[in-house]
Amino acid sequence: MRVLPFGPGALLAEYDSLAEVMSVDEALRASEVAGIDEIIPAARTVLVTFRQVDRAALEALLVPGAAATRIDGPIVDIPVVYDGEDLGEVADATGFSTEQIVATHSSTVYSAAFLGFTPGWVYLVGLPPSLQLPRRSTPRTAVPAGSVAIANEFTGVYPTVSPGGWHLLGHTSVQMFDVTRDKPALVVAGDRVRFVPT
Amino acid sequence: MIEVLNAGIGSSFQDLGRPGLAHLGVGRSGAADRASHRLANRLLGNDESAATIETCGLLSLRLHRSATVVVTGATGSVDVRDGRAMAVNNVHDLPAGADVTVRPPEEGLRYYVGVRGGFEVEPVLGSRSFDTLAALGPRLHAGDRIGIGPDPRTPMAADLGFHRQLDTLIHVSDGPRYDWFTADAWALLTTQPYVVSPAGNRVGARLTGPALERVQIRELLSEGLVEGAIQVPPDGQPIVMLADHPVTGGYPVIAVVAPQDIASVAQARPGTVLRFRHTAR
Repeated sequence: MRVLPFGPGALLAEYDSLAEVMSVDEALRASEVAGIDEIIPAARTVLVTFRQVDRAALEALLVPGAAATRIDGPIVDIPVVYDGEDLGEVADATGFSTEQIVATHSSTVYSAAFLGFTPGWVYLVGLPPSLQLPRRSTPRTAVPAGSVAIANEFTGVYPTVSPGGWHLLGHTSVQMFDVTRDKPALVVAGDRVRFVPT
Repeated sequence: MIEVLNAGIGSSFQDLGRPGLAHLGVGRSGAADRASHRLANRLLGNDESAATIETCGLLSLRLHRSATVVVTGATGSVDVRDGRAMAVNNVHDLPAGADVTVRPPEEGLRYYVGVRGGFEVEPVLGSRSFDTLAALGPRLHAGDRIGIGPDPRTPMAADLGFHRQLDTLIHVSDGPRYDWFTADAWALLTTQPYVVSPAGNRVGARLTGPALERVQIRELLSEGLVEGAIQVPPDGQPIVMLADHPVTGGYPVIAVVAPQDIASVAQARPGTVLRFRHTAR
């Protein structure tokens, strides 16, 4: 673990694995250290912003615990039409047929590790290694809302039209974020997700 | 009731934003120059969280009842039809029927137009700020009729806090990825002029200047961002994150603007030359 500077009101802790990130995120949320404003976990980092905080107490919480965080929240089914623009490229890169890509992507129960980027953008882990590819070398300027996509160790759904460099496998008509719902984000950290081909 | 005759340029409702929702991917948003937003509300006797309208000019409002109005932030002329021009940073009691037009700024970039009682628009996730990146929050359109909140029944006090100098010398400290950059990059950032580009917006101020080169060229996995973070995309031209920055970003952050200097960056017009000075490590 390394603690990196981020101005007078924040620090960024960097870890070797997402499992460490999730254990620290959980410990920070359960803690009662006063003055913490935001806790923003990501793939290998946790950003903590604060006003006045007991720096020693905060840094003690940044040491990852031994116990792995279990994700056992409710399962959210997301219907997907597998008609993504990048199916051909993903087939070329993995050696899979389109049918194998669909079968592999939809046969896993994913875990929601964290949200970021824009409202409702959830990073789902559990993608089989055979489908793990780096981001596209040239990002698209506008990825349609509802696009189901993969990149690196993650899969996810674009909640709104946004720029993006992930590989598009298909689309869903489910709203990932809707402020008129009691719970605006369809999936929150700790939930599990299944993609159901339709 | 206030009617929007012309929505103007870059106009939106803003308040102090919606902190604490990053776990949903929702950023803070809020006034880009929070000090000027707060000043407007203090001058009016409002709570500092009352909504103001942030505008880069050409906003035109018609009062359908008498109201107490103030304009802070940028400096420029504010016309009142059939009345005296309004001075910025001064509260004005205006009669029903008055049309108030905010001209393009002469100094600074963003005005804050406030009314005693606050603009009564529907909050979204606890805030009346419009987040331009997430397209979240109340919209502002020509033809809208906006309610005015109840009189706060507080005294309006003189406030000498508005004698704020907008600075073009911006203090920065190390960012989390400063060691991804060449020593030259640091020297360039803290000695050379960087010009504010017209391509900037509430998400970030884009700067043009000597390219900041990296020694570490591997891909960065997205990580959390703060307001004032200076991100460097592959073209080496820095971007200072402002109020509507995404919760996480995938470009390395070389430096972080000191919180007290963020308003100066947010108020810097295209063409402004900024210089960065490193605070002690």
